[in-house]
Amino acid sequence: MDTKYLFKRHNTYWVKVAVPKDLRKELGFDLRTSLHTHELSEAQKLREAVVADFKSQIFAAKENLKDSNGKNSIKTFMPVTDTSDPQYYHKVVDCQYACPAHTPVPEYIRKISQNEYTEAYMINWESNVFPGILGRTCDRPCEPACRRTRTHEKPVAICRLKRVAADFKDDVSDLLPKAPEKSNGKKIALIGGGPASLTVARDLIVMGYECTLFEKDPQAGGLMRTNIPSFRLPVEVLDAEVDQILNMGLKTKFNSEITSLKDFLKEDFDAVFVGTGAPKGKDLNIEGRKEAEANIHIGIDFLTSIAFEHIDSIGKKVIVLGGGNTAMDCCRSSLRLGAEDVKVVVRSPFSQMKASEWEIEDAMEENIPILENHVPKKFIHEAGRLVGMEFQKVEAVFDKKGNRSLVPTSEDPVMLECDDVLVAIGQDNSFEWIERDIGLEFGEWDMPVVNPTTFQSSHPKVFFGGDAAWGPENIIWAAAHGHQAAISIHKFCQNEDINDRPSPGTNLVSQKMGLHEWSYDNDISQAKRFLVPKADQDTALKSLKIEVEKGFDPSLAMEEAQRCLNCDVQTVFSESLCIECDACVDICPTDCINFMFNGPEDEVRQNTRIPALNIEQDLLISKILPTKRTMIKDEDVCLHCGLCAERCPTGAWDMQTFLYEEAKVYS
Amino acid sequence: MTYIVKPVNHHPNLEKNSLGLTRRDYEGTISTLCAGCGHDSISAAVIEACYDLSLASDQIAKLSGIGCSSKSPSYFLNQAHGFNSVHGRMPSVATGANLGNQDLLYLGVSGDGDTAGIGIGQFMHAARRQLNITYIVENNGTYGLTKGQFSATNDQGSKSKYGEENVLAPIDLAAMAIQLGAGFVGRSFSGDKDQLVPLLKAAMKFKGFSLIDIISPCVTFNNHAGSTKSYDHIREHNESVSSLDFVPIGQEIKTSYKEGSKVDVPLHDGAILTLEKLSKKYDPLDKGLAVQSLNEAEKNGKVLTGLLYINPEVKDHAEILNIADTPLNQFSDQELCPGSDKLNKVNSSLN
Repeated sequence: MDTKYLFKRHNTYWVKVAVPKDLRKELGFDLRTSLHTHELSEAQKLREAVVADFKSQIFAAKENLKDSNGKNSIKTFMPVTDTSDPQYYHKVVDCQYACPAHTPVPEYIRKISQNEYTEAYMINWESNVFPGILGRTCDRPCEPACRRTRTHEKPVAICRLKRVAADFKDDVSDLLPKAPEKSNGKKIALIGGGPASLTVARDLIVMGYECTLFEKDPQAGGLMRTNIPSFRLPVEVLDAEVDQILNMGLKTKFNSEITSLKDFLKEDFDAVFVGTGAPKGKDLNIEGRKEAEANIHIGIDFLTSIAFEHIDSIGKKVIVLGGGNTAMDCCRSSLRLGAEDVKVVVRSPFSQMKASEWEIEDAMEENIPILENHVPKKFIHEAGRLVGMEFQKVEAVFDKKGNRSLVPTSEDPVMLECDDVLVAIGQDNSFEWIERDIGLEFGEWDMPVVNPTTFQSSHPKVFFGGDAAWGPENIIWAAAHGHQAAISIHKFCQNEDINDRPSPGTNLVSQKMGLHEWSYDNDISQAKRFLVPKADQDTALKSLKIEVEKGFDPSLAMEEAQRCLNCDVQTVFSESLCIECDACVDICPTDCINFMFNGPEDEVRQNTRIPALNIEQDLLISKILPTKRTMIKDEDVCLHCGLCAERCPTGAWDMQTFLYEEAKVYS
Repeated sequence: MTYIVKPVNHHPNLEKNSLGLTRRDYEGTISTLCAGCGHDSISAAVIEACYDLSLASDQIAKLSGIGCSSKSPSYFLNQAHGFNSVHGRMPSVATGANLGNQDLLYLGVSGDGDTAGIGIGQFMHAARRQLNITYIVENNGTYGLTKGQFSATNDQGSKSKYGEENVLAPIDLAAMAIQLGAGFVGRSFSGDKDQLVPLLKAAMKFKGFSLIDIISPCVTFNNHAGSTKSYDHIREHNESVSSLDFVPIGQEIKTSYKEGSKVDVPLHDGAILTLEKLSKKYDPLDKGLAVQSLNEAEKNGKVLTGLLYINPEVKDHAEILNIADTPLNQFSDQELCPGSDKLNKVNSSLN
């Protein structure tokens, strides 16, 4: 797989070119841009022009530097790696590093392989608050990051293993922290009952804060309840994990929409957290919108109405507009409401759809066609009733920098018949209820100005998190934001400096048990990613409540868990013990280890046994050794098999488990 | 001893040679030698040399005697032929194999005990006969399998792990091979693959007896202060006589040695050995000087490494004895048993 210069972020390929060290002041660590596609073949086509452009920028900067210095800068050496910086080993654990909440993934996967589901669940609960929910619905930033994508192809099914922990755990109620008997007297208001607010509540209640939740709907859960259909997330699973927090002593005010922050701030709260999400679905104001209004629905409102059982039917022919996850949920829900002909129509090419790969796959498995490159032109109506839609066919054209434009083709407009249209073309925030004269500054796109570290707004008492902070993301981000906001609110209420952030908890423990015994399973499984069993399709399509995915059973879970490479079991090198016998170099199955002369980074990366071209991945640089060489290990495709430590005669290599726990307000 | 199976996965960018094989395809089973054993580095060097030369494993025979060293052929080239013979008798088996089939590349792997001890007579005659073999001695100066007694190559005055001093003078296998007429004699160090790999490649391409005496520290019994075959001692006392590049036939010579310090030695098949002389006094084509330098180095406590002596003119045993080129297994019944008429003719010619 040729992925030179390419990497994946948010399911889309990006190009990245490293900037030489001496130019980083000017250009930053690297130059990068999105190619707006999740098809590798397409990304490969677009790559060349972008890389050439970046390289010319770097060349120009180099020339400038030469001019000002008169000559090339002197030869630099790569600095010795500071492994005491928690972020070094953290970054080696690709999945955990990619997770916004930094859940210790390999740690809980090992628990699952030991049938310790409750422990696995609690590790998750501690970090991401909603393991059962996320195990079904997470956007899984961890999976594209998984080392297996570099060594074997398909990542470990991390998300579905999380669900296994939730499905097979024992009763955890005794393990959950409780509110202290006496409150600390501080009152916190949480506006919006979604994952961000619930996370803040969970963290602060334990600290003795009195938290009150204000939710416009009759139940808590936010988008997890209103926007995720039950066939993906059963209500019982949702209720169980939301109730865990409500039962900790969270006061709730349901059906109470806050309509004025100005008035609300007059109430007796020490701090206010806004976790109201991005609740406004984008509309499509084209010809016929008004006339056919009765049969045009906004996607997220449609899903909410289903969740609260306000609607139970839809027309026979349905068009869903949009290529994101909401569109996928809308089309699948329509089928279950009795629609017979459901189509998804997308403006962009198929390869650039925003929905997660697996959600697109699930929709297609239910035989829902996805029409690409169709831009909606007008709603067609007869006698006040919607009868169809007209589309213009387009072609995606990219300029040198990878910017896309959709150019109409010469083909005739396409007319598609329909009884109902669901518009799922994006979501916006809605802050009409926040007055602009209360000292809370708004910035670009009419969004509040929020500090990205502290989540504090320009009004010191008001904090934001989840989609309300920076627009639509995923539940896991909301949980990550919630933890950080809770820390800030605590520091704010205790008159501490909220910019002084707590350090993560780390622990590094040797796994050596005996001469040839390690306390982790280092056999590398060659099994392919296991598929999650699904419910019979005919039955599943008949009900909104039948969960499509059945989840792994314990034996499948065990085998999938074996695929984890234990990246948190670190290869720790001690220069003082090394006799430079080369045993580790000879045994390493992926040629990660080098004993070589140090130099500038680009030179070193070219001169390793196999050039270390993946600059996303660090090099472990030792101190200089007696032969004047340096041990340089490329972390990129290390299998963490432990053979280097196994074949090391002096214990200069050791396998040590690195536990990284993101700081919480109570830690 | 390692119990874990080496994962089959390799680096996605691992290169392939002209046979379409990666370096990993030349490996054997996982080593059961002590962790850090020099022999494992030598196995890795053999793997690299065979990979670089794009050798087909089924055209190679690995032959060994007894000892830690002689276990090591299991750890490389698992597709090659192999024969693990009696202690010190590897040269006899190699001679037989060589007479039966000259087409194979013979890699003899032996140790200081197997060669300089029990098998010294066999070794001497194989060198004298110009047997066509690459003879690798994994020389650690100790009997590792029997808990670390001094071997015949252990230097006088060197101390055992238990503090005892060796009172006997060592056998210098390289000097001995040169005097016995071997055409290619090198010495190297398991911890220096930059030197060892080209030396192995050249030896494998050399037609005739090629010896590489490789100092290979025994981490368990002979890698302590006071030992003259430890990693530290060799690194400190190593004196390389030449830096070597092996250029296979048809490849452009790209080395950038200073004019005058370079010697090109053409081999039988047209491949070229390019040597950079690191010492002005040294000439690997001068037999007398080679032996003299070895003696001097020994006196000064130095370990002379590199290509010590080469005689590209030497004839191998098959040429000397005028042996048929065709391997025995390729003769037909008719050729092997030509019938009574032929026998009668031969008999009558003897009258």
